[in-house]
Amino acid sequence: MQYEAPETTKAAVGLLAKAKGSAYVLAGGSDLLVRMKGGFVEPDLVVDIKRIKPMREIRKTASGFTIGAAVSCAEMNENKALIKAWPGVVEAAGLIGSKQVQSRCTVVGNLCNSSPAADSVPALFAAGARAVIQGPRGKRKVAVEDIPVGPGKNALKKGELIEAIELPARKGKSGDAYLRFIPRSEMDIAVVSAGVSLTLDAKGVIKDARVALGAVAPTVVLVKAAAKAIVGTKLDGTALEKLGEAASAACSPIDDKRGTVEFRTKVAAVLARRAAEIAYKRAGGK
Amino acid sequence: MASESTMAHPFEDAPNHVTPTVIHDPVLARTDFKSVGTRPLRPDGLDKVTGRARYGADFSMPGQLVGLVLRSPHAHARIRKIDTSKAEKLPGVKAIVTAADLPDHTGGDQSMYDILENCMARGVAKYDGHAVAAVAAVDAPTARKALKLIKVDYEVLPHVTDVDEAVKPGAPLVNPRLLTEGVEPRPTKPSNIAKRTEFGHGDVDAGFKQADVIVTRSFRTEQTHQGYIEPHACVASVSPDGTGELWVCTQGHFVYRNHCAMLLGMDVSRLRVTSSEIGGGFGGKTHVWAEPVALALSRKANRPVKITMTRDEVFRASGPTSATSIDVRIGARKDGTIVAADATLRFSCGPYYGMWAELGSMTAFACYDLKNVRTVGYEVLVNRPKTAAYRAPSAPMAAFAVESVMDELAHKIGMNEVDFRIKNAARQGTKASYGPVYGPIGIGATLEAAKKHPHMSAPLGKNQGRGMACGFWFNFGGQTCTDINVGPDGSVTLTVGTVDVGGSRASIALCVAEELGVSYEQVKCIVADTGSLGHNDMTDGSRGTFSSSMAGIFAARNAITVLRERAARMWEIPVDDVKWEDGHAKAVGEKYGNLAPLSLKEIAAAAVNTGGPIAGHSEIVADGAGVSFATHIADVEVDPETGRSKILRYTVIQDAGKAVHPAYVEGQYQGGAAQGIGWALNEEYIYGKDGRLQNAGFLDYRIPVCSDLPMIDTQILEIPNPNHPYGVRGVGETSIVPPLAAIANAMSNAFGVRMTHVPMSPPRVLKALEAAKKA
Repeated sequence: MQYEAPETTKAAVGLLAKAKGSAYVLAGGSDLLVRMKGGFVEPDLVVDIKRIKPMREIRKTASGFTIGAAVSCAEMNENKALIKAWPGVVEAAGLIGSKQVQSRCTVVGNLCNSSPAADSVPALFAAGARAVIQGPRGKRKVAVEDIPVGPGKNALKKGELIEAIELPARKGKSGDAYLRFIPRSEMDIAVVSAGVSLTLDAKGVIKDARVALGAVAPTVVLVKAAAKAIVGTKLDGTALEKLGEAASAACSPIDDKRGTVEFRTKVAAVLARRAAEIAYKRAGGK
Repeated sequence: MASESTMAHPFEDAPNHVTPTVIHDPVLARTDFKSVGTRPLRPDGLDKVTGRARYGADFSMPGQLVGLVLRSPHAHARIRKIDTSKAEKLPGVKAIVTAADLPDHTGGDQSMYDILENCMARGVAKYDGHAVAAVAAVDAPTARKALKLIKVDYEVLPHVTDVDEAVKPGAPLVNPRLLTEGVEPRPTKPSNIAKRTEFGHGDVDAGFKQADVIVTRSFRTEQTHQGYIEPHACVASVSPDGTGELWVCTQGHFVYRNHCAMLLGMDVSRLRVTSSEIGGGFGGKTHVWAEPVALALSRKANRPVKITMTRDEVFRASGPTSATSIDVRIGARKDGTIVAADATLRFSCGPYYGMWAELGSMTAFACYDLKNVRTVGYEVLVNRPKTAAYRAPSAPMAAFAVESVMDELAHKIGMNEVDFRIKNAARQGTKASYGPVYGPIGIGATLEAAKKHPHMSAPLGKNQGRGMACGFWFNFGGQTCTDINVGPDGSVTLTVGTVDVGGSRASIALCVAEELGVSYEQVKCIVADTGSLGHNDMTDGSRGTFSSSMAGIFAARNAITVLRERAARMWEIPVDDVKWEDGHAKAVGEKYGNLAPLSLKEIAAAAVNTGGPIAGHSEIVADGAGVSFATHIADVEVDPETGRSKILRYTVIQDAGKAVHPAYVEGQYQGGAAQGIGWALNEEYIYGKDGRLQNAGFLDYRIPVCSDLPMIDTQILEIPNPNHPYGVRGVGETSIVPPLAAIANAMSNAFGVRMTHVPMSPPRVLKALEAAKKA
């Protein structure tokens, strides 16, 4: 196995593009190292991106936030401006694994790993985040929901890596929230999860919303019907009920060791409603 | 060949394990303790906290090889052929073993043959994870590569993993030659029921006719694992001269020695086993798996071999507890008197005979004084790993079923559930449902304490419920051998052969310090290897502190006899005129008025002139392990929309006989409750239709994390065990018995639905809630 720790994105892309055999990007290693130790993957090349300086930074710009691919979830939880703007995204990042894991793991890794149960991904979907991709043919930006294509599979082409995640700037009365269901209180993986982001008008009526669900389909799903159910409302009982129904309708889960179809479908509605209520409150709704 | 008869696992030997409790005059129980009952630091504490302590995988030898095991991916498959030729040619591979390298030395001993076959499949792989071959190589990558080069030709057979499916007619046969034991006349057709057992007395049918109210229910519990944090690990080294050494994480190195020696065809005395510190066992380290394989690899390679199981291997191929299916029927009169109790218990054993349903049958009604009682147990074979002991094995599942019905019955009669149990509680002189007559016991006292406990009357909020339940465990004594050696400076080495699982070194040292009249700090307790002491049974059956403290006290008394003789010699007076008091020899009688007492230190310093080293020895069968009872109280909150539950408050009340080291007794109470809470709420083996285990890891086999548990409150009661010099009873196991039922009862009280399937995981609870809403 070849291990490389380049100091520029260009060098990293070059290594990945030229790689023969299996090549993996290493950020925190909370997925990759575990899979290597378990004998599930045997990489020929590992490209460690932690020495690429821009990838270690969270930058606040006029258009929002840029979170470098090697920024740990714990670092996100120490950034006050980010927490203020995107509390749901940050709380999702702060739920992954344990405290020790959070000091290593990254949201880009979480996204590229493409697990339907990834905690930070529904929050990123709801937030309308974009992935900045660098590759042999240059830079491109895509919506995060275009990255996962199936369990463990992402849309990146050979030689490509995600350099950063961009979160839009928050305007007006906005809020987001993320909730997951786990049987335990921590150190667990989502059985069902929901991320909600919304913006209110001056009167407290929801004018924009995005709702995403995790662990109910082969990838995290953006549920447009669920968002539609609450736009134009003040999140009254009827709106919440419709939101729940739309969330359940969007579920196509499996029965597995973590939960049943029936359970996931029901609890998806519960979590979507509860997350929407938190986001609404955070946005200043009453 | 083994020169000593092989010790059957104590849990497979009911008459040995279930010590009939003799009623004694408790003259031996004393109360004027100086050391016993204090809470000093444990001798192993600092090393464990700083990481210096050596666990199973921390032993290493020069030239050591890495051993890895190839395991069956099938639940049930005939092994047509194993081709190791390619793997053998791989550079760095030093040995490969299959069943052919472990010839049968068991001489017709079926339980030992089962252990042999469980360690390495012989012709048929009987569960997902069953070992079929093993490799020793210079490093792990080479060993991994070699495993991939071994070609096994399997003929996949039909399998059954579910305890209820396995007893249905037409179920795939796990062992096609098996004819049920304990049924007259013996069946002529094979089935998956290995054995039927029955316990009880009186006339159950006549009893039910007197009942005003009868409650009948069926229950299921899923298979759980002990969940010890330390995986199995050992280093084996066999010399060409036929002697061997084994460094291993175990609950009983003497038993591992006896078993490994027999399976390898060695004399017991030629195999020396040293136990490591243990990162949890809970019954799961009472059985050999990788150890005979490591020895066979070492013998073949002529190099030391280390095997460390992965977590995946621990789940798939060590010894989890039974999955169960239990029917209970209890009848009572309106005044609260139970007139009849009946239970049928089906316990899964894995592919080999066990006595798990039998233990469930024995413990099910042990808390109560019953005129008419019957329990019938069925040992059921399934294509899952061979069941091993798990803390009070089989009792938690039986208690879940019985204590759930007890609660329901109390409510139907209109009685408080504690009062109902107090009315029917067993007492001194009660004939237990499993046979013996009880001596002084603590079930009534724990119930009275529960009734008075502030927890019982604390207010509850919305979606919250409180439940209580009782539990019983036999406890065990067994063979014990202990040495005391007084050093030239008067410090004392206490050498025991019971592995310290829960602080027993501290507790045994406290007892010996007490008996010698010296300070705890003056006594250093160590666990010796198998070459240094006579046979000791394993640390199971809550016997570690009970039996080794008893042997330690007797050894101290023998040492005191020697110390008195030495003092008599120093003073040149008759030994009968020397007594031992407060750690000193004292001359008795006015004529010796001018003789100052001699300390242990002074006598030790003079030993070279009075007869040499000073020692005390004791070898016993520690009979009379007092039975143990507990009552638990649990508060649970349930989220009605998701079925998620949270334990808000938990109280354990248990009889310790005498708490030698109260902090470690409390630790046992809390630990058992924590494991029971995990079992009650989330832990379960999940098998796919293909018969493969789906959740062989701590991510999806959900033991509780710290934040899942409240601080578990404890109350120690002391009803002395008349059979121990200080009144000690085992305390390690009973605490896991009541939680399943206590939590089920709390849930039932929270939302009016009786939960009959453990674990009460959120999907099951939500389903029950929805069903209740519809009804």
